[in-house]
Formats: sequence, C-alpha cells, structure tokens
Amino acid sequence: MSNKFFQPDRSKYPSMKDDGTLDVDLSSQKYTKIWLGPNHPGVTGNMAVEMTLGGDEIVQAKTHVGYLHRGFEKLIERRLFVQGFPTSIRMCVAEPDTNEYLIARSTEELSGLTDRVPEMAEWLRTLALEMARLQGLLRGVPGQAGTYSLGIGVQWGVYLRDLILDRFEELTGARVYHMYIIPGGVRGLLPSGFKRRMEDNLTDIDDFIVRIRKLIFHNSVFKSRAVGSAVIPKEWIDKFGIVGTNARASGVKRDVRKDNPYLKYSELDFDPPTATDGDVYSRTWVRWQELVQTVDLIRQIMAKMPEKGDIRGDMPNALHWKIPKGETYVKLESGRGEYGMYYVTDGSSKPRRVNLRGPSYTHAIAVLEKMLINTNIADVHATMVSLQTCPPEIER
Amino acid sequence: MKSLIERVSTKYNLQEVVQQRDNLVFAYVDKELAIDMVTYMRDYEGYAHFTLMSCVDWIEDGKFQLLYLLNNPETKTEFGIKVAIDRDNAVMQSAHHLWEQIWTYQRELKEAFGIDFPGSPRVDEDFVVEGWDDMPHMRRDFDTNKYAEETYFMREGRKSYDPATYMREKLYPKQPVTAKKNKDEQ
Repeated sequence: MSNKFFQPDRSKYPSMKDDGTLDVDLSSQKYTKIWLGPNHPGVTGNMAVEMTLGGDEIVQAKTHVGYLHRGFEKLIERRLFVQGFPTSIRMCVAEPDTNEYLIARSTEELSGLTDRVPEMAEWLRTLALEMARLQGLLRGVPGQAGTYSLGIGVQWGVYLRDLILDRFEELTGARVYHMYIIPGGVRGLLPSGFKRRMEDNLTDIDDFIVRIRKLIFHNSVFKSRAVGSAVIPKEWIDKFGIVGTNARASGVKRDVRKDNPYLKYSELDFDPPTATDGDVYSRTWVRWQELVQTVDLIRQIMAKMPEKGDIRGDMPNALHWKIPKGETYVKLESGRGEYGMYYVTDGSSKPRRVNLRGPSYTHAIAVLEKMLINTNIADVHATMVSLQTCPPEIER
Repeated sequence: MKSLIERVSTKYNLQEVVQQRDNLVFAYVDKELAIDMVTYMRDYEGYAHFTLMSCVDWIEDGKFQLLYLLNNPETKTEFGIKVAIDRDNAVMQSAHHLWEQIWTYQRELKEAFGIDFPGSPRVDEDFVVEGWDDMPHMRRDFDTNKYAEETYFMREGRKSYDPATYMREKLYPKQPVTAKKNKDEQ
C-alpha cells in the first residue's frame, strides 16, 4: 500500500475501492498476470503469489499454498503422543525445536505433570530454543540483504549457521530436526567442552554482527530501497493479528517471552527491541538487534544454568500413555513471532486435535496480499522476506 | 479472570467454563450468541488480538466444536470461545468483518471440515488441497490410510516393513515372529 516507488500520475492506474482492493477489469487487456513461485529463489519456502500487474505495479495478489502439505496435524491425530514428535518438528523447518517444546508442554500440562520437569531441563530447553532462534536469524538477517542482491552476507550467515548446527549436532545428535525436547525434560546434558566451543562460535558471530551491520545498514542501495518500503501501519497490528518482529518494528512491543514468560525467560535480562516506522528497513533493524540480543541470551543461559542436575522427570510409559479429556493452548516466541499450539485430548492414547498457529498464517496471506497492492514488482521478494513468511506452518 | 468470567457468564450464559491456566479460559456459548460475544469481547473487554480459529470433530456426538481464541494484550490473557454446531448442518455465521485474517481461517475450515460460512470472502476457493474431490480431509471419518491405499500404488520391487515386526526380527532373530507380514511379503 505504502510505497515510495508509487507512480505519482495515477490516471492510468485502476482506482481503489473502499475495501482496499483495486477496481481491475481483466478483460480490458491492460493487465498481465504472472506467478511468483512456487519454486523461486526469492520465495521463502514453496509458496506461490499470483500477481496481476498494471505496468510494473501489482494491482492484485493472491497467495497460494499447499505445495508442502503432508497433513501433519491429521497424521498426529492417528499416532501415540510420543509418535507425534517426529511429525510435529517438520511443521516448521526454520525453527523445528519450537514444535518440540509446544507438543511436550501441551502433553505435560494436560497430564498434570508440568511440575515434574527438572530445573536443569528447563534451562536446557531455553538454551535449545535460543540456539534455534540464533540459527534462524543468521539466515534471516543477511537473507533480507540478499533480496537486494547483497549476496555476500548470506554466505557469511550460512557458514555461521552451520557452526550452530554443529553445536546442535553434539548436543542432540542431529543438525536440523533434533527431537531434543521430550515430555518430562530433554534427552541429554551438555557434552564436555560444549560451552567453550559455543563461546568460540559466539565470538565469531560477534564479528559477523559488526560486519553485517556495515554491509546492510551502511549501504546506500539497501537504504534507498528498504526505507519507506512495505510499511505496516501500527493500526494494522490488531486488525490483522500481526505478531513478533513485524509488530515490534511498527512500535508495538509484544513478545511472549516477556508477556507470558515460560521456561527460564523471567530469570534472563533482556528487553525486546522495537522500531517505529514499520518498513522493511525497520524490520531488518529490529532483527539485527535481536541477533545481538540472542547471542547475549545464550551467554546468560550458559552462565546461569547449573552444571549438573536431572534432565528428565518421571513420565508415564510412552507406549501406554493416556491423557484425560482436556484442551489447552500453549505458545512461545519464535523468531517470527507468537507460535502456538491448540492441543485437545479425549482420554485416549492419541491426541484428538492438534492445531498449529504459526505467525505466517496471517503474515503470508491476509497481510501480504494487502501489502503487495501498488507495490513495484521489484520489491515483492524483499517484502515477502521482510515478513519472514514460512509456508509449512500455514498448511501443516 | 474470575470477575471477567462472572460478568460474561451472566451476559452470554456460558457453559462448561474451564480455567485451564491463570491466563487461559475456555467456555461454550450458544451458536446464536457466539459472534455477538466475540464482538463484545473485542470492543468492551480488550480482547483485541485474534489468535486462532479452530475446529474439533466430535463425531460420536454428531458435533463440530468451533473455537475462537482471543487475546487481551493488556491483561496478557486468552479467552477461548467455543461453539457446538451440528455435523449434519455445518453452517456458522461469518466473523470476517471483525478481523482481517478471519476469512482465511473460515476458508480453511470450509475445505478441511466442510463448515460453511455464508458471505465470507473467497470461502469456496481451494486453500491447501487444490482439486480435492473427496470428503473434507480433517473430518474424523476420513481414513488417510484407506485413501493412500486406494490412490497410490507400491512401486514394483520396493519393500516396506512393519516397524515393530522388523525390529523384533533384528533384535530377537531366534524367536518366532507371530505378527502379520506386509501384503507384498505374503
């Protein structure tokens, strides 16, 4: 809607209706319809945007999802509680650990066993979630620069992300899908020397943070294209259900870690960064500050967590576990915003219903479709990446 | 939360109120009053953030349970408004005029459960499963295994194993295996 590349002479463009859509007559042959995706380097994940163009401006946009649909929620309904874990983590590749925590916490809460999770496990869960956020930001922050052809930052970020995946591998045995957080706690303690190796990686990331700041925020191309582009006005936040960094970049300070503290976040010292302009530049700036903050949080966690302790409380036999009838909604703050799970049980050994609430559900459809109207076609990728859209969490 | 529950209970005759946590409440409301209550909660009780719209299929009761989950950013609390609707007449008043993202949820619920929301924008457009012509895939009576067996075929020369049988054979090779073998092994 708000775009500085907006052509000042509107006489040749369709007029806007009261509902914010444009009055487009496709039979007039003045418009071109093209598809962006589902496979395209500028698209986050496999998602397509059906665009109708008037000149080089978008006059209509429709998001199409379904290219990744594997029926995860349905499959989980037909499996034992513990069998839901390997399926659930694939609902969001960007930060799979978030799904582990949600499903573990839901089953613990509905069984009335939340107090059995040992303190050490709570710290390790917090560490795993922050490591997941860090590896996501190491892709996301330079990825935004990549949409404006500043590709070198992406290469730096991917290298450093791999180092964090190395730490995940030694902690959990796996690089991407960890299944580390399980009902009752976690699967293992920190390996010997883990903290030292993590500190080495964080030192490298400190250096990257300085370099990526110069690459992005001191760059005239990035500034001239990102400032004032794809603005989310403050009044859109509740109207569209916008969350996370997208909301904070528009001046609305919401963060589940602060608003409804879970795990050990109430014992950590941090203040979620915000901005006011709500454009691509602000969202990238907020994410860059989150990168700095996440590194600090991991250091705080490693300093405050005990050296030893139980990592898993007594839980029912996973093969014979039945949970009484009930329902809950558990949420956390992922790198993209509020990430929640509605979990319903019926007294049997399998969940009755599992419904994931990912931030992209609104960001990639209602918000993106509205935002792209009157946007220049060259800015579509940057807009989409700046919203951190993740299609798997839409189609589950 | 207690005073809020009492206040809203009187006004909307809430049933089966469950306070799941200090900051989370679920309650049933009559179908005819549901959208009115959602509007009231948004405009008068500060539940300005719409978190989730979902559905549970209670096939044994012949009901769908719709959920409108609202969040109050000031009090940091959540209120889940539940509505029971007949499976045989799965129609619900649309709430798309209240929040901009609700039409997406309603479009998904139409496709996944077959619940209609007359007047909701693009409610009949395919959402996740384009070209789907079977029963709505999230209903409890949709059998995913049967659908897969009828729709797809096993590639020639490919074997699949029942995980329990396979592991038993690996771990205890001397014990006789009594579990049923797969079709292609029979």
